[in-house]
Amino acid sequence: MTAAVETASLTRAITVTVNGEARSADVENRLLLVHFLRQTLGLTGTHVGCDTTSCGACTVLLDGRPVKSCTVFAVMAEGREVTTVEGLAPAGGLHPVQEGFHEEHGLQCGFCTPGMMLASAALLAENPEPTEEEIRWALSGNICRCTGYQNIVKAVQYAGAKMKEGS
Amino acid sequence: MAATEAIRGIGHSVKRLEDGRFIRGRGNYVEDIVLPRMLHLEFLRSPLAHARIRSIDTSAAEAVPGVVAVVTGELLAQHNLAWMPTLSGDTQAVLATDKVRFQGQEVAAVIAESPYVAKDATELIDVDYEPLEPVTSPQQALAEGAPVIRDDKEGQASNHIYSWEAGDREATDRALAQADRVISLDTFYPRCHPAPLECCGCVADVDAGTGKTTIYMTSQAPHAHRTLFAIVTGLPEHKIRIVSPDIGGGFGNKVPIYPGYVVATAASLLLGRPVKWIEDRTGNLISTGFARDYHMHGELAVKDGRMSGLRVKLLSDNGAFFADAQPTKLKAGLFHIVTGSYDIPAAHVETEGAYTNKAPGGVAYRCSFRVTEASYLIERLVQTAAYELGEDPVEFRRKNFIRPDQFPYKSATGFTYDSGDYEAALDLALEKLGYEELKREQAEARKQGKLIGVGIATFTEVVGAGHGADYDIAGLRMNDGAELRIHPTGKAVLKLSVKSQGQGHETTFAQIVAEELGLQPEDVEVQEGDTDHTPYGLGTYASRSTPVSGAATSMVARKLRKKAQAIAAHLLEASEDDLEWSEGRFSVRGAPEKSTSIQDIAFAAYTNIPEGMEGGLEGVHYYDPPNMTYPFGTYAVVVEIDRGTGAWKVRKVVAVDDCGVRINPMIVEGQIMGGLTEGFAIAAMELIDFDEDGNCIGANFMDYLIPTSWETPAFELGMTETPSPHHPLGAKGIGESATVGAPAAFVNAVVDALAHTGVRNLEMPVTSDKVWEALKEAELAE
Amino acid sequence: MYPASFEYHAPASVDEALALLERYGDEGKVLAGGQSLIPLMKLRFASPRALVDLNRVQGLDTIEEGGGHLKIGALVRHRDCERSEKLRGRYGVLADAAPQISDPIVRNLGTVAGSLAHADPQGDWGSALLAARAEVEATGPAGTRTISLDDLFDGPFTTTLEPTEIVTAVRVPDPGPRAGGTYLKLERKVGDFATVGVAVHVSFSNGTVGRAGIALTAVGPRNLRATAAEEALQGATLDDNTIRQAAELAAQAAEPRSDHRGSADYKRSVVRVFTERGLRKAAETAREEER
Repeated sequence: MTAAVETASLTRAITVTVNGEARSADVENRLLLVHFLRQTLGLTGTHVGCDTTSCGACTVLLDGRPVKSCTVFAVMAEGREVTTVEGLAPAGGLHPVQEGFHEEHGLQCGFCTPGMMLASAALLAENPEPTEEEIRWALSGNICRCTGYQNIVKAVQYAGAKMKEGS
Repeated sequence: MAATEAIRGIGHSVKRLEDGRFIRGRGNYVEDIVLPRMLHLEFLRSPLAHARIRSIDTSAAEAVPGVVAVVTGELLAQHNLAWMPTLSGDTQAVLATDKVRFQGQEVAAVIAESPYVAKDATELIDVDYEPLEPVTSPQQALAEGAPVIRDDKEGQASNHIYSWEAGDREATDRALAQADRVISLDTFYPRCHPAPLECCGCVADVDAGTGKTTIYMTSQAPHAHRTLFAIVTGLPEHKIRIVSPDIGGGFGNKVPIYPGYVVATAASLLLGRPVKWIEDRTGNLISTGFARDYHMHGELAVKDGRMSGLRVKLLSDNGAFFADAQPTKLKAGLFHIVTGSYDIPAAHVETEGAYTNKAPGGVAYRCSFRVTEASYLIERLVQTAAYELGEDPVEFRRKNFIRPDQFPYKSATGFTYDSGDYEAALDLALEKLGYEELKREQAEARKQGKLIGVGIATFTEVVGAGHGADYDIAGLRMNDGAELRIHPTGKAVLKLSVKSQGQGHETTFAQIVAEELGLQPEDVEVQEGDTDHTPYGLGTYASRSTPVSGAATSMVARKLRKKAQAIAAHLLEASEDDLEWSEGRFSVRGAPEKSTSIQDIAFAAYTNIPEGMEGGLEGVHYYDPPNMTYPFGTYAVVVEIDRGTGAWKVRKVVAVDDCGVRINPMIVEGQIMGGLTEGFAIAAMELIDFDEDGNCIGANFMDYLIPTSWETPAFELGMTETPSPHHPLGAKGIGESATVGAPAAFVNAVVDALAHTGVRNLEMPVTSDKVWEALKEAELAE
Repeated sequence: MYPASFEYHAPASVDEALALLERYGDEGKVLAGGQSLIPLMKLRFASPRALVDLNRVQGLDTIEEGGGHLKIGALVRHRDCERSEKLRGRYGVLADAAPQISDPIVRNLGTVAGSLAHADPQGDWGSALLAARAEVEATGPAGTRTISLDDLFDGPFTTTLEPTEIVTAVRVPDPGPRAGGTYLKLERKVGDFATVGVAVHVSFSNGTVGRAGIALTAVGPRNLRATAAEEALQGATLDDNTIRQAAELAAQAAEPRSDHRGSADYKRSVVRVFTERGLRKAAETAREEER
């Protein structure tokens, strides 16, 4: 290491738009986005289920795309838009995906549900009438231990039909 | 006049009342809990499976800014907390003192202002280990000259933990001696792990001001945990409050008491601040209660085409501490249900347990107290026997079934099965499967070199622990309770001693009250998990909530209905005997216009009670089940094997379950599908393994494989309903039936695809390479 | 779960990024998708002093065809490849590899270039792009050079890139109008690394094989090219015999190790089977392209 290299800051001031609201904080560079959401902002709907980027419980939308927030640094989200489960529903109502999960018993313990719903919402935004195979493929980055996935498929189909009806 | 909407009690698929908070991301899991001045605990874990600890230097860790304390076994020992009792009467290290006994064992704990800082500090703790020879199998553990793992225990000269047996040895020996054929199977049920998506954790808050210790904890059994905490720590029990909030899956992983809970509580006590411990996935897989790890040898005697005897020898790998969470009188849990759905007149089970340098545990993961192991053995053994005898696996099972007229059925190992109709479930499954057509297709396919397999499992399992005289955990009798109070405006609160981790209690139990008292489920709030506010019980695991607390709920609701009848008589100025009850109303027989609703009765309980009657409308009931309940079913799986890779694809799964009366069919089906998936996963891919140095392979989700929506097949469900004659609602419990019955169905299917070449067994997990090795040997590989 | 501290920079241009990398020498690491690097950092298997985040640099996220090449920019994500029409047909080896990388969520962030720079011997892109005879454009303080994939991988997680160089693009030569290929991956579940992966990319001229690319995943210390198999196919007609022979040679080129995913024999056999299947698919795709 060159002796002349000065240590740059280990922290940074960031502003991230979370669920439509600009949120600013001084964070350590190493702070994971999931911890920024849960600890700094108190949005505990996004969960941590593993330590190898395998389970998807931490899924949020980054500029509309599902990402595993445990494998993104908060500083990478500077100036970008994050949607968490808390931002899924319109004011006073429910997103069709949330409704679908309730109607079709697509959740049991609820721990995978926020991530699963966001991945589902992103799928439907891109593919409004997915087949069962397409749904299972799109959700293969989100682990569920409780449901066996079959009702989750139905929940997504319900939501798709509801969104088609509403549009 | 009250509305005439039908009361959504038993049999209605009421959409879950608890969903609202989960779909909004407003669940309250332990990791979500934040208390003022809260600290964070991070463990340093042992990299070695077996080693003596020469020294631990925590000075560098303590110097890290933000670190408040570093706790070692030595410090805990000063407070008599370095060791704690297990649920099986053994002791377990909280933090290692003399030795480490499995890779991943907790060695030191850093308490810091943030989890990031705590992790930084753990990297600076310097432990000097003297490696010892690791013991990585129970065979090695029990061999002559094996290193003694538990040299901390006085008088422990070997790695042998227990011997246990059930059944009739002489009768079984006779049956085997007199048999026409004895078919045997040696098989291993590998170590797997419940791996709920939420890891274990707690927030421990010892408040010196109030003298109260509150522990928010991932607990499936909060009251039992409270009592054990009181015994272990010496804190007075009335000053301990365990709060089990929303739990992200349990599956038996959240029944034991883990070092994290104890260290966090001790740290909070010593530091005067709340302490949060949330393990990471590696900690969860490498150190918390694993499941199975059972070496099984079974011999089935057949005489005149009928099963005449069953002999089983077991060797259990219990890890470094004997910490099985099971009724204390039963060292192999309920394994001796192993005669399953068959009328086998003689059976004997003997088992040995051994210590090894692995994480402690064994009874977990929807096992129904070792029924998963038993059911796997008998269903695989029966399948093998059918092939050996040249019989159709379905017909061989059918003709050996316990017949409906034999119930209640006393089994050769002492169980009294309450009710069953095994043929009905089997026939329904075969019909859904198109069994005859499938067999034809299989035969045709073989001619073209295509390998299709059909696997069946006809299981009976046993749940609902249990009758107090026979079932206790750590001495606490396995009775559970329900407390019900109706408010003046006709709404109710039901407090339970069990604890849902996703099973839908807030809906199911409200439906029981609905059925008995005519309140709609939405009018009943179900509370669980806070030991300050709920009746005492042993918690939720082993599919016991509906059999025990469900019965308690029914009984207490009936008590209230009886009182309501007396109040109704008072309101209607009629005699109690003249009143009829229907859909939440008491009416005078023959004069239906003279009626009153449960809501009006509730109001009267507080405003217009008969003279001399105690006010209010509430009660509590603790239920002591007279017997266990015996859910059963038939599962059928169709697979096709890729001869080039050995990979097998599931074409169809048919699952017919009979759990007696179904309170909420939608929830019951959800439980079944979840269990089928876990059963599939165990058969196909889940494995915790160890190399010869005791390194754990399977300590993260890259190595411990959980199936995604892509691998998981779709399920076709069916049902029969054979009520339990002794349960007030006729319900039996369902949570574990699918993990009990499914693995054998999947393995039987893959074996069936190759059985025509003489293949009889494949060991779980049945990975593609194992199938390929069998294909190669049978000269069927592409 | 908690990475160590690091310095962080998010430059707006490649030049700025290069200047930062030069400043840190081998203590700096490029961050693109982060889906390989961040997991390592969380387990503290990697603790670089500084991260240089490329995600703000414009112009690196396109897939372009032209000048005899398919050019995949450094910030093209796996998901972009999965959805790109340009990768189908004669570039089928790439279209078939893309959806099998990791899982769909990781694919939203992970980059092709990042995968190559990471050089995991179990990485899928390495084989798909080796078979496609790709090269990378590496930009450093001395300018831009091209490194063929044959010369890029140096061993497990090791490349011939300098710490001060950034992969700015991946270039895949146009195989001509009649070409086809696929990527076959045996994995235990979605998101797992390959037990065995085989990439096949064949161009045809006048009914015979012009050039064949066959590369193997997870059966050696790095992604391996099955050179003898490729050479045996050159100028040959693809029929049962030539396919079987090539598959046998590919199997022999593999250097598998026995582990939890299976024995070496098993993996070698799967290489053979997948090569056969891949060549059949390549031939079929080429016939379709012509129609």
